[in-house]
Amino acid sequence: MFQHIGEIIVLFWRTLQALPLCWRQRRKIFEQLFEIGNVSLLMVCILSLFIAGVTALQTGPVMVEHGLGTFVGGSIGLAVCKEFAPVFMAILIAGRIGSAMAAEIGSMRVYQEIDALRTMNIDPVNYLVLPRMVAIAMALPALVMFAIPVGWFGGAMISALNPRIGINFTSFFQSLRDEVDSGDVFNGIFKSFIFALAIGLVSCHQGLSTRGGPRGIGRSVTKAVVNSIVLILILDYFLTRILLYIQK
Amino acid sequence: MSDTPGQLQSVSVEVRGLRKSFGSLEVLKGVTFKVNPGEIFVIMGPSGSGKSVLLRHIIGLETPDAGEILIQGEAAEGARMRDKYRMAMVFQSAALLTSLSVGENVGLYLTEHSLKTPEEIAAIVARKLEAVGLKGLEDRVPSELSGGMQKRVAIARALVMEPQLFLFDEPTAELDPPMAVTIDEEILKLKDRTHATSIVVTHDRILAFSLADRVAMFIDGQVLFIGTPDEVKLHPDPRVQEFINAKPPTSRSSLTL
Repeated sequence: MFQHIGEIIVLFWRTLQALPLCWRQRRKIFEQLFEIGNVSLLMVCILSLFIAGVTALQTGPVMVEHGLGTFVGGSIGLAVCKEFAPVFMAILIAGRIGSAMAAEIGSMRVYQEIDALRTMNIDPVNYLVLPRMVAIAMALPALVMFAIPVGWFGGAMISALNPRIGINFTSFFQSLRDEVDSGDVFNGIFKSFIFALAIGLVSCHQGLSTRGGPRGIGRSVTKAVVNSIVLILILDYFLTRILLYIQK
Repeated sequence: MSDTPGQLQSVSVEVRGLRKSFGSLEVLKGVTFKVNPGEIFVIMGPSGSGKSVLLRHIIGLETPDAGEILIQGEAAEGARMRDKYRMAMVFQSAALLTSLSVGENVGLYLTEHSLKTPEEIAAIVARKLEAVGLKGLEDRVPSELSGGMQKRVAIARALVMEPQLFLFDEPTAELDPPMAVTIDEEILKLKDRTHATSIVVTHDRILAFSLADRVAMFIDGQVLFIGTPDEVKLHPDPRVQEFINAKPPTSRSSLTL
């Protein structure tokens, strides 16, 4: 495990060193951005809508019952922007994009394409890792920016439609405005940026470490997704502690 | 006309006491030989004897446990060595980038190192593809090509680098006999065209004897003997004779199950 952590840190450092080459790799970055955004946007909207809806369904009636109906919008608004949007979107991206990154790089490794790059003095970090890292670090926060208002809308809709909650759109968003400020939204977007780096690094590292044939690729994909999700949840706890401390 | 900058000069390669193990398996057991500038040096031996691992060491894809590799008398490793001397390797599997078109594959070295303008790269790619008999296939993807065509694209990709040292890993493996002959001719043409040093790893006796200036018999992780093709054919060692005179079974009845 410690060897893998060390390798991931080295990969991160080498990616940072390669950042000045972003302009040269702009075409590949754009392709990756399109890949991530295009395949994920609809799923992000659906996920966010329903997660916020379910949260409203579970918490709304209890809060109304205890006379806290005026806080439904605020509590759902905070939960969506600070936790649900960044964490669930990161998990979605780990499953969809992290797995694709590990599979593509892993298959290039197994079928000697990466060796071929090295014989041409083309650094696989510059050619393969950098565009993916830059793209995911831009795309995930952008998707979260999209997911947050969609989630708020989902929460508001369920709060209005469910007779046990019965809070209209105006009251919901009034409560949301009272409780949520731009710092809370930035909090969620910052988390998603860190999660994106974690997904990109873990997935690219798994791809580059692939050994064996198709079975090895399968193993790398599974490890990339599972390790990314575990890392997202661990990082979420520590980031939340740090951000709560800073906000005090 | 040279397509990439720099003066071409074929290089010598010297391997001294090279050893490599993977776990408990010792693959290279103190390999020593020297390849002269501009010659075609064929490393011949049975499958699984460590020939490809040796080639990967020469181009710097593997780090030896012991021993050294000298290019033009200078010890160097990996990327540093590839920075100083232009070396190209044609892999057994061709190793074309499947996400790129044939043209993008061939021009990859020039594109990634920003050595030419896109127009110049397109012209060079067209010339190199024509040289290997694949004119006009720039827009195809590797999966649309046969094994032999993929190998020729890999040769074109290597040609673009104008290498001083060519490494071929089993260039005729998995090819039908006419295509194997074509690849054989391509390698000979390369020698005339580029005067580069070539190291060819193969278990194909016909290819080895038709191409080689000198042949190294490589058996069980060691160089057994180095000589001209005629000297190899006459070598008294039973392992050499067994390898070069092995005949396929004449009928199905001779196969034991």
